[in-house]
Amino acid sequence: MDFIHAAKESYANKDFDTLLELIPYSKLLGIRGVSLGNELVFVLPANPNNIGNPMLPAIHGGAIGGFMENAALLHVLTQFDLDNCPKTIDFSLDYLRAGKDVDTYAQCKVVRRGRQVINVSVTSWQTHQQEPIAEARAHLLTKG
Amino acid sequence: MSNTHSTEEILAFLGELVSGLAHNKLLNISVVDFDVGKLTLSLPYSSDIVGNPDTGVIHGGALTTLLDNACGFAAISSVAHISSGVCPTLDLRIDYMQAATPDKAVIGSAETYRVTNNVIFVRGIAYHEGEQDTPIAHCTATFMRMKPKID
Repeated sequence: MDFIHAAKESYANKDFDTLLELIPYSKLLGIRGVSLGNELVFVLPANPNNIGNPMLPAIHGGAIGGFMENAALLHVLTQFDLDNCPKTIDFSLDYLRAGKDVDTYAQCKVVRRGRQVINVSVTSWQTHQQEPIAEARAHLLTKG
Repeated sequence: MSNTHSTEEILAFLGELVSGLAHNKLLNISVVDFDVGKLTLSLPYSSDIVGNPDTGVIHGGALTTLLDNACGFAAISSVAHISSGVCPTLDLRIDYMQAATPDKAVIGSAETYRVTNNVIFVRGIAYHEGEQDTPIAHCTATFMRMKPKID
């Protein structure tokens, strides 16, 4: 089964574990998904391989960015019945706090779904959702 | 932008620093070239960093990590007292021009274009070797300039 059909199945079943398993980069980072009712929360479990600053220690900013970008993509794939895998047009990331070497979470919100482009905002946090470590915005192109 | 170390010394120092970070080891990111305020890194292709299993194209997140590194260390290299420099990222924006080609390494090149008392402004591009005119992604990033502690 190809990726977009797996995504369509995930959309129907509200199950993103299968999808995460299909994306090598998700597996490399160890990303997991948790469904809380209709809320989707992504988890980047603490992992020594994701460290970018051994002194603090802190998670690599790139790993946080990659985690959040992946969350945006998976969020739209499991929220909408899309015919193509969305392409990221741009990704803008504000770092707010150092990411400690603990589990990191991310949740997405679709700000606007246009005919061709979806604007998604992503919030990432560790201890409290009200104290985000990073905020991001992605524009995803859904037209083939 | 005076620096007390030679370019070769800094290149060797940055090479060890960049390749030594755990997450960079995971992605095999290494330093290719350095000049003051400018840094070029390489991200080899690997099936582990693929984002779309149908096409084999690498995940945007791996490019984010490449460019975050290139910009961050370019920022650090642009200020004196390099060994004590830590420059936290304020923000990073990536514009994707086209998908990376499977099986090809991606080069991430960044240059500092403005250093103020507190902030360092950096821009970068990601491209395949020899295809610098048709980049995969552009990025801009800002970093806080942390002053070294005086003992």
